[in-house]
Amino acid sequence: MSVDLPALPTLQSKDFASDQEVRWCPRCGDYSILAQMKKVLPTLGIPKEKFCFVSGIGCSSRFPYYVNTYGLHSIHGRAPAVATGVKLANPDLQVWVITGDGDALSIGGNHFLHSIRRNIDMKIILFNNQIYGLTKGQYSPTSPVGKKSKSTPYGSIDHPLTPLSVAIGAEATFVARSVDVDIKHLTMVLERAAHHKGTAFVEVYQDCNVFNPGAFSYATDKETRSDSIVYLEHGKPLIFGKNREKGIRVAEGNRIEIVQLGGDVKEDDLLFHDEKATEPSLAFLLSRMRHPEFPEPMGIFRAVERSTYDESVTKQVEFARAKLGEGDVEKLLNSGDTWFVN
Amino acid sequence: MSTATLDAPASTNGKPLENLETVVIRFCGDSGDGMQQAGGQMTNASAMFGNDVRTFPDFPAEIRAPAGSLFGVSGYQLCFSNHDIFTPGDAVDTLVAMNPAALKTNVEDLKRGGTLIVNEEEFNKSGLQKALYEANPLDNETLMAKFRVHKVPMTRLNRDAVEGLGLSLKAADLCRNFFALGLVYWLYDRDPKPTEDNIRAKFAKKPDVVEANLRALRAGMNYGFSTESFTVHYHVPPAKLPAGKYRKITGNEAVAMGLATMAKLSGKTVVFSGYPITPASDILHDLSAFKHFGVKTFQAEDEIAAMAACVGSAFAGELAVTASSGPGICLKGEAMGLGMMTELPMVIIDVQRGGPSTGLPTKTEQSDLLLAMYGRNGESPLPIVAASGPGDCFSMIQEAFRIATEFMCPVIFLSDGYIANGAEPWQIPKIEDLPRLKIEHITSANGENGGYLPYKRNEKLARPWAKPGTKGLEHRIGGLEKKDVTGNIDYSPKNHQHMTNTRAQKVANIANFIPEQTVDGPASGKLLVISWGGTYGAVRTAVQQAQAAGKSVAHTHLKYMNPFPRNLGTIVKSYEKVLVPELNCGQLRLLLRNQFLVDAQGYNKIEGKPFLVNELVNVINEFHG
Repeated sequence: MSVDLPALPTLQSKDFASDQEVRWCPRCGDYSILAQMKKVLPTLGIPKEKFCFVSGIGCSSRFPYYVNTYGLHSIHGRAPAVATGVKLANPDLQVWVITGDGDALSIGGNHFLHSIRRNIDMKIILFNNQIYGLTKGQYSPTSPVGKKSKSTPYGSIDHPLTPLSVAIGAEATFVARSVDVDIKHLTMVLERAAHHKGTAFVEVYQDCNVFNPGAFSYATDKETRSDSIVYLEHGKPLIFGKNREKGIRVAEGNRIEIVQLGGDVKEDDLLFHDEKATEPSLAFLLSRMRHPEFPEPMGIFRAVERSTYDESVTKQVEFARAKLGEGDVEKLLNSGDTWFVN
Repeated sequence: MSTATLDAPASTNGKPLENLETVVIRFCGDSGDGMQQAGGQMTNASAMFGNDVRTFPDFPAEIRAPAGSLFGVSGYQLCFSNHDIFTPGDAVDTLVAMNPAALKTNVEDLKRGGTLIVNEEEFNKSGLQKALYEANPLDNETLMAKFRVHKVPMTRLNRDAVEGLGLSLKAADLCRNFFALGLVYWLYDRDPKPTEDNIRAKFAKKPDVVEANLRALRAGMNYGFSTESFTVHYHVPPAKLPAGKYRKITGNEAVAMGLATMAKLSGKTVVFSGYPITPASDILHDLSAFKHFGVKTFQAEDEIAAMAACVGSAFAGELAVTASSGPGICLKGEAMGLGMMTELPMVIIDVQRGGPSTGLPTKTEQSDLLLAMYGRNGESPLPIVAASGPGDCFSMIQEAFRIATEFMCPVIFLSDGYIANGAEPWQIPKIEDLPRLKIEHITSANGENGGYLPYKRNEKLARPWAKPGTKGLEHRIGGLEKKDVTGNIDYSPKNHQHMTNTRAQKVANIANFIPEQTVDGPASGKLLVISWGGTYGAVRTAVQQAQAAGKSVAHTHLKYMNPFPRNLGTIVKSYEKVLVPELNCGQLRLLLRNQFLVDAQGYNKIEGKPFLVNELVNVINEFHG
């Protein structure tokens, strides 16, 4: 039997544009991320008013002002905590956190870790440009050692964090990476994140063309790209190179190695990607592949199911109501030892 | 304080029973000796008998400090009376000391002629050494001559009582607190039934523990009855409190119950986000058991996250609240500023403790008033209310939410360690008399062109509260300065001035929507004593005593700290002198002097302890002349 459902109004990208003038620098990578986001949102079948974007502080954190949904531009590093409060109070909302490398990994490292391990149903999009842009050019927790910046004239001596390794270490249920200019791939990744139930963490390589231009050119330039990145596809072998002539194999001792295809090495010998592996070791291993020693994986590293924190909160409330009945104020106030004074 | 009255009732068991009006008892021992338990039980028994009761639990920050050490002593003082009282009493009538360390740290507070009950077996070489006694104080005739001393071999008597139950010696010794309690019950003619019921309920799954504790309690009572050491016992008749049904309540319990009640009666969800901290954690514990009232609790990763989550929950349209103490409030400052800037309703509970830094975690102080007033960057005034006692926390936490939601701003609720842990009898209110929070979320556009203007204010200068999920009201707000009416980012000079003034004016206007300040005593005269927060009981009692002695003294107690009640300026100028006793270095005094140019004088104590009535009476007399 078929039922005729009223047609849902179809939202378009422009419905998600706010009336605010976008104030990022010309040619900033953020523009592309914003554009792909506005493409993805109307496809999700969620009414506009059910979205809530939360950000911290930094260039990327202006993002909510440019999306015509509910939005909260909060304080430095705290967006995941603010978003947790939003989701706890109203689990019906689809909550997106927009953050940067300094915001999420330096001042907000604690909230980042704990939101992920709780698996609250929200999407965290980290714009990684390896620099502090809004404060005009200091090195960040993802800047490479030796990076010369305003605060490191002799080069950075800080060992950087790898955002994906941190997220996987905290047992994130969804971990992905894309790059600002790879429009199709970025759209796919954002879409997958949107559909994930639980904390979906996405790192986007984003070019700060003012303070750290070309930080990811190895991953975006036509000449170097095919040798510098490898696309992850679930159930498929890791193959890269201009002519897809190279592959990734796990050697003895859980060591990643690059192998030439053809000759003795067949596709079947390569590492086959399994984004659904419940054990996070493989995803972690992939996150350790860094340029220039290895091609850097792009795509979904890990997508597994685990109960979400917000769902569990709701379940406990239901459990308490089933066990104790609806809260009764009269009973509450009269609980414990009572006595009468006449 | 224990005054014998004439019509003593006849003794029921061969020993004379004397009537007393008011008694102060303190149980003290190791932090593992169950002194809080003993004190709590006696408080219940006394309250249920009909006495007015006040308590002062005083325990170390260390959970299990080395046994017998001076810094590991835990005490519980309670005062019960045949009339209404407001403090747990100054000097102690009966001191129960379970070991030498407890005696050493508490004996100074025992009245001359008071009753001293000690577990003499603990006054051995090792116990004396740990308490740094060179000689056994029980052999010190000068000291012992000051008191009526009962040296009781509690450990042995208690072990004998529970013999045959198969308990280990260690488990048997855990019942000694009930033996001591039983002895005090006999001494003060307390009905053991509420305690026996409580023991049966509490240890329902461990019948041997129930039996052991019941036997210990009985053995203690029988010891008083039969030993020649105790020649007389005492009776404190019920107090004449307003008629009604009562229960015992602590400040933290009252906060949690107030929030659960509010959630249920308003039909809103209370979202509590907190991080464990002494002495506020009990609020989190209690609320986490109230989920069926529409309460959600979130134990965050840190204080900052707890505050940030409050901002998120408030934005999402529910009743957001957090609780902490001084060190945590410091961490919350930035996110409180965000709540202030985004003009969202939420309540921040500060259960004050001794500071600065980690300070004295388990001791009380009133030293966060200026932190609450000014502890944020920029011009960021917030309304502040302060509860005056344990029961008052129930209504004031709801009042804090009334202000927060009516004026759309975070509100700070000040409690302190003394009222958070202290208990008092509380007349259970009728449901129909309780306030109902009226919350109106905006549901349709308020702009001329069908748009939503998040900073278009009402006559109270409050902005509308749109709940995410509401169609057509999508909007973005944040910590950046915003343009009046539209809420868009705006750094222009005139707008910033205007918004700063408006936010301040909004808070100042609250003075028109809170009760006028009242005064106990003459409307003008020689001396006005101004108190706030948890010192209410001591100050009120002291002023009443001074008034009874014919002094021209009035008392006013503040519960609204910012803004002050609108008539406070007139009140402070109606007396020749103004005295402000505070458990800090003069924080309210500074605010009063600043706002009213009044030459207020302070009496300030920073000992981690509440005021004694007596010390305040002396100060009042001194100031009054």
